[in-house]
Amino acid sequence: MNTRQQTKLIYSWYGKPLSSDRKLRTSQYKGIFITSESTKTETCIQLGDFILVEGVNADQPYVAQLMDLYEDGAQHKRAVVQWFCRLEEIPQNKRKLLKREISAQEVFFDQILGYDTDIAAETIIKSIMVLPLHLGEELPVITLNKEQTFYVKQSWDGKCFKVLSPDTFSKLKEANKKRGVITNSSKAFVPSDILTPVKKETDSVLRSATKPKNVDMEIESKHSASKSSLAKERHSQRVAKNDIKTPTARKKLELSSPTRSKGRLLGSEVLGLLDDDCDAIAPLKTSATKRKVKFTSDTSGSPPKIPCSNDKAKSTSETAEHHQRFSDTIRLSPYTRVKDFSGKDKNLHEKDDVLSSVGYQKPSSQSPVLTPRSRRACAQKTSALIAEQISMLDQEDFLSGSDSSYSSSSEEEEDDDVPCTPEKKTKSSRVFSTPKSSRKSAVHTPVKTMKKTPSQGTPRTPRNATPEIPRRIQAAQEPTSVLEEARLRLHVSAIPESLPCREEEFQDIYNFVESKLIDGTGGCMYISGVPGTGKTATVHEVIRCLQRAAENDELPPFQFVEINGMKLTDPHQAYVQILEFLTGQKVTATHAAVLLAKLFSTPGPKRKTTVLIVDELDLLWTRKQNVMYNLFDWPTQKHSKLIILAIANTMDLPERIMMNRVASRLGLTRMSFQPYTYKQLQQIISSRLKGVKAFEEDAVQLVSRKVAALSGDARRCLDICRRATEICEFAGEKRTPEIVRMAHVIEAIDEMFSSPYANAIRNASLHEQIFLKAILAEFRRAGVEEATVQQIYHHHVALCRMEGLQSPTVSEIMAICSRLGACRLLLVEASNKYLHMRVRLNLGQDDVMYALREE
Amino acid sequence: RHSHLLELLKRTTVHGESNSALIIGPRGSGKTALLNHVLEDLREMNQVRENLLEVHLNGKNPFLSGLLQTNDKVALKEITRQLQLENVVGDKVFGSFAENLAFLLEALRRGNRTSSCPVLFVLDEFDLFVHHKNQSLLYNLFDISQSAQTPVTVIGLTCRQDILELLEKRVKSRFSHRQIYLMNSFDFKEYIKIFKKQLSLPAEFPDEAFAQKWNNNVQHLSEDKTVRDVLQKLFQHTKDLRSLHLLLMLAVSAVTTHHPLPTAADLQEASRQHSSDSRANIVHGLSVLEICLIIAMKHLNEVYDGEPFNFQMVYNGESNARASQTLHRSLPSNYPFSLPPTVTEFQKFIQRKAHSMYNFEKPVVMKAFEHLLQLELVKPLERPSARAQREYLLMKLLLDSSQIMEALQVYPNCPTDVKQWAASSLSWL
Repeated sequence: MNTRQQTKLIYSWYGKPLSSDRKLRTSQYKGIFITSESTKTETCIQLGDFILVEGVNADQPYVAQLMDLYEDGAQHKRAVVQWFCRLEEIPQNKRKLLKREISAQEVFFDQILGYDTDIAAETIIKSIMVLPLHLGEELPVITLNKEQTFYVKQSWDGKCFKVLSPDTFSKLKEANKKRGVITNSSKAFVPSDILTPVKKETDSVLRSATKPKNVDMEIESKHSASKSSLAKERHSQRVAKNDIKTPTARKKLELSSPTRSKGRLLGSEVLGLLDDDCDAIAPLKTSATKRKVKFTSDTSGSPPKIPCSNDKAKSTSETAEHHQRFSDTIRLSPYTRVKDFSGKDKNLHEKDDVLSSVGYQKPSSQSPVLTPRSRRACAQKTSALIAEQISMLDQEDFLSGSDSSYSSSSEEEEDDDVPCTPEKKTKSSRVFSTPKSSRKSAVHTPVKTMKKTPSQGTPRTPRNATPEIPRRIQAAQEPTSVLEEARLRLHVSAIPESLPCREEEFQDIYNFVESKLIDGTGGCMYISGVPGTGKTATVHEVIRCLQRAAENDELPPFQFVEINGMKLTDPHQAYVQILEFLTGQKVTATHAAVLLAKLFSTPGPKRKTTVLIVDELDLLWTRKQNVMYNLFDWPTQKHSKLIILAIANTMDLPERIMMNRVASRLGLTRMSFQPYTYKQLQQIISSRLKGVKAFEEDAVQLVSRKVAALSGDARRCLDICRRATEICEFAGEKRTPEIVRMAHVIEAIDEMFSSPYANAIRNASLHEQIFLKAILAEFRRAGVEEATVQQIYHHHVALCRMEGLQSPTVSEIMAICSRLGACRLLLVEASNKYLHMRVRLNLGQDDVMYALREE
Repeated sequence: RHSHLLELLKRTTVHGESNSALIIGPRGSGKTALLNHVLEDLREMNQVRENLLEVHLNGKNPFLSGLLQTNDKVALKEITRQLQLENVVGDKVFGSFAENLAFLLEALRRGNRTSSCPVLFVLDEFDLFVHHKNQSLLYNLFDISQSAQTPVTVIGLTCRQDILELLEKRVKSRFSHRQIYLMNSFDFKEYIKIFKKQLSLPAEFPDEAFAQKWNNNVQHLSEDKTVRDVLQKLFQHTKDLRSLHLLLMLAVSAVTTHHPLPTAADLQEASRQHSSDSRANIVHGLSVLEICLIIAMKHLNEVYDGEPFNFQMVYNGESNARASQTLHRSLPSNYPFSLPPTVTEFQKFIQRKAHSMYNFEKPVVMKAFEHLLQLELVKPLERPSARAQREYLLMKLLLDSSQIMEALQVYPNCPTDVKQWAASSLSWL
């Protein structure tokens, strides 16, 4: 898949048009060639094959089955596909319907009708394998080419998972079979290095029936997709002639397999090194044995292979790895299939023995020395050749499987496993299965623990962790009294069944989004209003309704993403969050911006419409306003399918802070939420309290009038009511519980809206009060509402003399001043100015006078 | 108030109701003590004990020592740590700020009213959180408390009365406006009671006889006239109980084995120490020359009504300073620098009293002046720059004339003519 970005692919039809439609000027084909320019590989994909189709992001292509290929009137190559659904494409909340663990390689037969099945043929990446399995079956163990084989067990229609119908099952199976015949892959590979003889015996019939297919497919694809580049073939021919390896050849080998992961390269490098060593020490011998092995494999090991792909056999047998595989085949085949190969196999083993005896050391003695790789590479070469090859192969497979750098510990572990292999092998070939099993484990464990798919829950990265507050030990109590019930309902978090008094706005927003959804276009809407007027609640309600409608198939399905400016640490983080919601990727802000721009500007066949809520829009303001610009630019793109609902407090935000080009893109679809009137607030409270008789009518009216006069903030209204219930409960403890009356509400309102200053002044100490008086006197004298401590101090001393009090020292005055400053009754400068510190009152002079006079 | 807060927290833990509240009161009014008390009571209730997770930000012992969470990033890390979520984060302990915020919000969003453990956030010095960028921490905390997520209760402690005005409008709307005001509203009788309670030994004191004796003494003290006067004075100055503690601490520290019980005199002495003026104390330690300089500055202040001393003002010559000017010109002719105006004032004094004992050389006077500068009795108006010479810097005296006179009264061995000069403010004109 990586090559996709680097190489250019050329698509050409395979064969002549099967049929053509004159009227539509379309012609159908039965296959398509994908030629890679750089590697000169040609792949033929035919009808019924399974393919990967370019997806939203590069590392998650879509899986599909090719149903039809045609060229339309405009000479565009089109393809009709049957989609398969990856687990990542299924919404999070639906995944739990499965009730079982899903392997990353499992896909679902897609029966959602909404997706466009007609795609451009150029989006096809390559062919893969999809195997139908019965529900109960386990996934077969595959070691090679994991990312190219998928399994299908169930179908998915957007709502529930179903077992594949026998019809589709057989169809899929047939497609596989057909493919097996056509893509002249080597059947001979069937029993090769994947299956152990023991395991195969124990395998069920069906297993063994499916298994060979994956194997041959894998190997085939390996050959076709990545391995059998022309350069390498040429090189292999040359090697076949010369039988001697040169460093340049090795280099070429490395270069010729660019699709392999780094780990793979490492493996081949080591192999090359090994070969080098072989060359250096016993060039003739090793090459001779190699050739012999090759020949035995060619002639006896797999008869059906030779007619199929002779040059391929050569190419594979060239590298040590393949050489090893062949020897594996030979060793294996006697026990699995062909009896009369055993003689030759023995031959081979004799040769191995000869080799190891020639190789300066006994295989039994080398096992303890075998640990570090470097040592291996330079010290005991030929003697350990076979063991090494096995271990290399192990490592290589392991590398390609895990696709990542791996710890040295696992390597060592592996080495620990390996040393047993040579001696056992030389003794009896029956025990040869042991290295296999060890290898299997080596391949397996890393796959399980640190699998490469990042979307699966690995504990290493925080994004995949499922953070959760611990569960409470005792269950939360349910409300017992009427007042408690009322309080619960009055809490702002309680979600009412409907939003009273916002029906109009609701309808407007709903219609806007609905129409855009049906059209499949994009658009923006700007929603403004002071805090607590139900903007976010209304929008969420709209989304809920739309989702319900989508579930009932009244509307096309859509994705819903919400970001909140306040919940972002930086405006640019908006990109990251949106991308994470949409695709689950986690990238940096700049990269996310690029990906999103690409996503919204390119036509995606399978993409749903996205509804994006941007709450607290004003926080996304940056100097260049590029975040806002991008957000509002995307919906204007042709293929964006993006609907944005932007929410902010100020009505004139677009005019005030946005540049013209941003404001123009935002458009004129605006809606403003007026503050609630007292009647509306009253209605809100009574709708919440429906069926609970906890409030007097007048009390509710008082609260709503009071709040409507101040701010029209529904939150405040609910909070006051909640507080009133508490006060009522507290007061009613002695007597029978009662309903909330006027007195309680008044107390609650006073508590919430009373100015704290007067009370604070009244409770201040005597000298603090005198100090305030002195400030007032000084202000009056100077006519300026600012004075230094020194000036106030003189007044203070004078006032103290009048009252007959002992006048305080300057330090005490400073302490008083800083105390009042801490309460913010005074505004004071930094205290290092000492006497020249300037002081100001934080409240009106009249307020201070009023508070002081009452004493 | 206690019951209010207790009820509030109890409802959070028992019913899983989200809340937010502010405890507002001046310093030393017992905000933290109240909260601690309530939490203690709360922990004693069985149903509550296991059900509450506490997060204290910027709190005191046993939580954290104050003013630590200086920005949201640190605060978020601290919350994660206190919620013990860092094990979930895995080996990559803390990612970027953005990641951390998203992570924590995700964690809190997952919960719901009935099943998640309620979390109590205590934000000490709440006013400092207000200054964080965008107030996003507060927004998010209050937002959680107003939505059907993990039940949380946010308690803020602050001494600022104007705290609500500091909240951003969106944050303010999300705050429940539940404010608990703490005031020191007791009168002097209660103050005496507090004094007795603070000073008495507890019943579980090992030496019972001594405790008895001590407590009797405290009782006596509380009725003593001088002690009452001392306390009255303190009470008039401040109702902050911390200063009472400080006073008592000073008094009690006089207690030794030979002097087992604190007396009224001890308290009086402590009060004297407690209320003494720190700057005036510094003046006591000055040399006569420095005192003379300060007196000269005081005179200048009186003449020019507190304007900063400016060499130029003197030098450009008001008529009354003519004499000193000529003197000034004649004297420093052999010095490369001019003297500050205080020195001229000082020289006036020297000129008038023709005593040779006060004849100091200019560098010596300059040195004394710089010493005053270091003691911060004199303060330059602007930072000394490379361009302006030290002698030309505008200065202000950081002492009030009353302070100077007071200090002179108790100054040991003060020459009488210096005293006279200080008292005779404008006589020399």
